[in-house]
This record gives sequence, C-alpha cells and structure tokens, in this order.
Amino acid sequence: MPALLEVKNLQVRVEEREILHGLTLTVNAGEVHAIMGPNGSGKSTLSHVIAGKPGYEVTGGEILFKGEDLLEMEADERAAKGVFLAFQYPVEIPGVATMTFLRTALNAQRKARGESEFSTPDFLKKVREVAASLNIPQDMLRRGVNVGFSGGEKKRNEVLQMALFQPSLCILDEMDSGLDIDALRIASEGVNALRSSERAMVVITHYQRLLNYIVPDHVHVMSKGRVVKTGGKELALELEASGYAQYEDVAA
Amino acid sequence: MNVALAKTTTGATLDGTFAAARGRLPGTGPVVETRQRAFDQFAVTGLPTRRVEEWKYTDLRRLLGDVAPLAGAPDQAALAEARKAVAALKDGDTQKLVLVDGVFAADLSSFSAGNGVTVHALSAVLADDTSAVRADLLLSTVNDPMLALNAAFATDGVIISVADGIDCATPLQIVHVTTKPNTAAFTRSLIRIGSKAKVTLVETFVATEAAKAYQVHDTTVMWVGDDADLQHVRVMEDAHDAASIASAIVTVGARAKFNTFSLTTGGGVSRYQSFITLAGENSELSTNSVHLLRGQQHGDCTFVIDHAKPGCLSRETFRAVLDDRAHSVFQGKISVHQIAQQTDGKMMSRALLLSDDAEIDNKPELEIFADDVQCGHGATVGALDDSLLFYLRARGLPEKEAESLLIQAFVGEALESIVNDDLRDVAIGAAERWLGTRV
Ligand SMILES: Nc1ncnc2c1ncn2[C@@H]1O[C@H](COP(=O)(O)OP(=O)(O)O)[C@@H](O)[C@H]1O
Ligand SMILES: [Mg+2]
Repeated sequence: MPALLEVKNLQVRVEEREILHGLTLTVNAGEVHAIMGPNGSGKSTLSHVIAGKPGYEVTGGEILFKGEDLLEMEADERAAKGVFLAFQYPVEIPGVATMTFLRTALNAQRKARGESEFSTPDFLKKVREVAASLNIPQDMLRRGVNVGFSGGEKKRNEVLQMALFQPSLCILDEMDSGLDIDALRIASEGVNALRSSERAMVVITHYQRLLNYIVPDHVHVMSKGRVVKTGGKELALELEASGYAQYEDVAA
Repeated sequence: MNVALAKTTTGATLDGTFAAARGRLPGTGPVVETRQRAFDQFAVTGLPTRRVEEWKYTDLRRLLGDVAPLAGAPDQAALAEARKAVAALKDGDTQKLVLVDGVFAADLSSFSAGNGVTVHALSAVLADDTSAVRADLLLSTVNDPMLALNAAFATDGVIISVADGIDCATPLQIVHVTTKPNTAAFTRSLIRIGSKAKVTLVETFVATEAAKAYQVHDTTVMWVGDDADLQHVRVMEDAHDAASIASAIVTVGARAKFNTFSLTTGGGVSRYQSFITLAGENSELSTNSVHLLRGQQHGDCTFVIDHAKPGCLSRETFRAVLDDRAHSVFQGKISVHQIAQQTDGKMMSRALLLSDDAEIDNKPELEIFADDVQCGHGATVGALDDSLLFYLRARGLPEKEAESLLIQAFVGEALESIVNDDLRDVAIGAAERWLGTRV
C-alpha cells in the first residue's frame, strides 16, 4: 500500500520567487507529524500547495496522495478524496449560514465520491453532536460562517468541520495561534478524538506548546523552504530549549 | 447622425403606429384628447437618447430601435398558453389579476371581490362615458417620455382600491403574461391603499415560449394612505430578447410604510423607474432592488425619491450581479424639500462583477433644500473574493457551486427584506433559476 502522503523534492514558486526548494515528506496512515519552523520558513505555503490553493507554481517534484497525483486535482476534488486543511486564518463568509455551508460542503464531497446525500435530520443530529463535544453553541451554527466568531471559535469551527467530514489527511496550520489555554485544550481534545489508524495528521506550529496537547510521532524542522531535521517528539523539546537559530545556517 | 432628423424619423414612424392603434384604444372624448396630448409630449423627444439626462445610460433609441406595433388582443389559443404560464407560477397563496398581451383576462384571474377590496379593468373605466375621472387615469405627475408613451397607448390594466383599515391578508398579484412575438403591450394599473390598510402587492412578468423580441410598457400608480402599510414585490423574468420599460409613481401618506423589492433577471433591455413622493410626515420607505444579468442584458434601475414632508426615513439598496457583457445602471436621486426637516435618506449600490466585460454605472444624486437632514450614498464594485472561494473549494464545493453560494450570500440581504415568507421564497426561486442556468 502506498503512503498516505508523499511529498517528493517539491519546488514551489510564488510570483517568480522560489519558496520551497525541494521539500520531501512522507506521512503514513495512523501517524501524527509535526512541522515546526520559524515564521517565513514555508510551512503555510506547503499546506496551501497540498490543499490546492491557486497562485502557487510547482516547478519541480510531486505530491502523491494514496498513490494518486494530487497536483492534477482541483481543490474540491482533493477535499472529496480526504484532504483537509484547517486554516491558519479561517475566512469570514457573511450571508452564508454555518449550517448551510456545512451541509452544502458535506453533500458536495459525498456526491463527488458517488455517495448518497445526508438526509436533513441525520445531518442536523450529527452536527449537533459534534458541536456539543466541542462546546460550540447552537446559535453559532446559525450565524454566517465565522462571522463575529472569536479566534478560538474560528479554530473550533475548523475542528468541527474536520470531525464532520472525516478526512484521511488533516493538516492543521498554526491551530494554536491566537488561542488561550482553555480554547487550545478544547480544540486539541477535538483533534485527538479524531486520531485513528486510518487517518494521519500534519500539525504545523511555531511553538512547542501545542505538541503538549497533540503529541506527535514525528517532528520535522523546516527552515527556508526545506525540511532540515527530522526526529521524534523529543526534537520539539530540544527546539524549545535551543531555538531555531542553529538551523538557519543549515538551510542557508 | 443628425439628431433632429432622428427625432422626426422616429416620431413619424410611431405616428403611423399610433394612428393605426387608435381604433383599438379604449376611451372616447376626453380620453382620446389625453392620449393625443400624451403622444404629442412623447413625440417631442421620441425614444429618449443619451442626450436626455435622465436616460443618459439607457439610450432607448439605440437599445430598442423603435417601438414595436401594438399587440393584438389575445385569442383563445393565446389565453390557453397564458393559463399554463400562470399555473406554472409558484407564488403561494395570492389573489391573481392576469394581464395577457396587455389585456385583462378575468377568466385567468382568481380574485374574489368583497372584504373592502375592489378591482376594475382599466379598459372598462376608460370606456365608461359616465365616469368623470376616466381621463385622469392616464395623467402623470412626472414628466417623462416613456410615461407619456404609456399613457398614449395603454390598452388595459387593473384599478385596485383597498378601503380604509382593511388588512388584506392574502397578497394581491398582478401577473403580466406575453404570448406574442415582435409586438408591444402597454399596461397601466392604479392601486389605492386606504388609510390604516395593510396590503401586499406582487407584480410578476413572464412570457410563454412563443413570445420573442416583444416589448412590455407598464406603469403602476400607487397611493399609500396615512398609517397604511404596503409591501411590494416585483419579479421580472421576461425573455432575454424582450424589452421591459416600466414605471412606478408612488405617493406615500403620513406615518405610512412602503417597502418595495424588485428582482430583475429577464429582459434584454429593461428599465424600472420608480418615482416615490413621501407626501406625509414620519413615513418609512425601504427599496431593495436586485439585478441578476448576463449575456448582453442591459438593466436600468432608477429611483427618484422626493422627501416632501418632515421626518421621513428612506433606505435604498441596489445590488447587481453581472456576468458576461451585462450592463447595469443604478440611478438614485434623493430630493429633500425645504420643509422636510429631520429627513433621513440613504442609498447604497453594490455590484458584483463576475466577468471583466460586465459593467455598472452608478449615478447617485442628492438635492437638499432643508438644513437638518441626514443623507448619504455609497457604492462598491468588486469581484468574488478569491480567498472565500478557495475556502469553499477546500471544503469540497466545485467552482460553480462555490460561486453560487457566494452570489446567494451577496443578494441574500436584499431578499431578506421581503417580509412575506412565501414571497421571499418566490424571489429566492427566481434567483436560484438564474444561478441554476449559469454556465
Ligand atoms: N502570496 C505570496 N506572495 C509572495 N510571497 C509569499 C506569498 N505567500 C508566502 N510568501 C513568502 O513565502 C515565504 C514563506 O511564507 P509562509 O509559507 O507563509 O511561511 P510560514 O507559514 O512558515 O510562516 C515567506 O517569505 C513569505 O513572505
Ligand atoms: Mg504560516
């Protein structure tokens, strides 16, 4: 069986400037990987390219998802195949009620996979259950997507979607940014509840703190568009003590 | 081209049309005289060009070419087709008054008289030689060539009167159905809402399959009495090669509420011009207009709001979603008379351009003679937000679905202004039909 995600020697440009200079990463089902690195090292770029955001030019390398060429697919096809990106900055969509959005998205994914659409009562029941487990009040679901949500609520809304869509690859981009300890704990519990042998997680973070809550199997250090070191969860603690400075030279 | 020549040419062509139609137009004596005066007034300019300030962005001479010959009265086959078109409307529970090719069709209507509401066909009243007011039915307080043309040619329409204090629970609906190609229908309806009365009025414009390249010329005159409440919903889904030139002349009394919503998805060339006078103190006016246009459609939404008395509030919003080479015009004018202190009038135009070739012209105008007023206007023009689109696509929505959801969100606020649930669904349905036929 192929790895869930294989990023091989990926080179990416944004507006004529190369941001990723040959990045390689393999993630198997059941694993949790952490990607750490200073601001500007290319973590979000990697997550965007995997999710299929337009505006990035892949000039070399490949991304395989369950053995399939991900770069050939539109973002919505990737989502239907099981790729999920929890955004660093979830957008606000005024005028689109959260409930409507969730149902439209879930049914679009199911339709793309040739599955039947969820019936409304089943769907509502499912959303209410998941929302309750994440301490998301019902009235939040009636509001526009992320409109008037606090930073913590926006992140919880991302976790809610993850729980609802049940993707096989979850990429969490700086889930901890802007969260206080309580919000971080609730969101992390939501994520941990989704850990399974069929699913992999890629947790992107600047700080070690998040990894106390979501404990990774593997840690990668990124600097200047490359993975410069890979190790176990102890690598995160090392980084916390010594900082990223030592890796700046390696990448240079 | 020589302007004077173009004017006479058009006038002359139409002179023949008017002469030919005269025998068919209801009314004698003063009605005939009023029609002739109206036609003479029209003939001064002919179809307005961009040189007529009020029609600057909608040059009818260029867009329409000419006025089509008057549609003949519908025969049995036309009525049968129209009946199907009316049956296909999903308008919930309304009292329908149906006009087919400009002629009131009692058999297709579902109006039950009584309960303080009366309805007459305009043609019957115009033809009634004992009526002292019949010629007045064709007069306008507004000087406009297309209003004049409508008065000259009006064949029929409905005259609705709602007595004081009547709460008309079931909406009244005027349905315009066109069944014939290459002809013009001229309709004129008058609605008087008594004081303290509460009414919902719907205007629907549709056509049968056979109708192509036709013209709809309509005028609706409304009086909203003191303390009355008129909820007005207009949905225009005429054929994309048709023209629709419609006017509303509304007089609002004191402490009254007038809430008007209009959705335009049809018509190759359309203009809906609304002249609203707030003629009593402390009334509230809310107008919400939506254009959903594509292809080569040209749509014009013109609102002239006259704050003639103190303490009135007016809110105008216009939203356009424009694809392909579609062209939208929003002209909003707020006039505040010297005595109309404590006027609060605002207008806002927002356009969403789905294509680089789509175009919007905004012409806001404030004319203020009172000193203690709050008036303002604003306009935004933009494309769909890429970051929102990516978020939706990353959640599994294909491109068109993601766009549709954002377009729905954009027009949603205007649709929310419709109070009646069924009618809001009607408008949502029309908007969804437009979205559903996006390629
Ligand atoms: N859209 C963009 N246009 C230009 N430069 C960009 C764009 N996105 C990212 N970059 C640049 O790419 C580099 C990596 O950014 P990013 O992937 O956001 O890093 P990280 O998430 O690790 O902080 C930075 O130098 C950033 O300025
Ligand atoms: Mg980042």
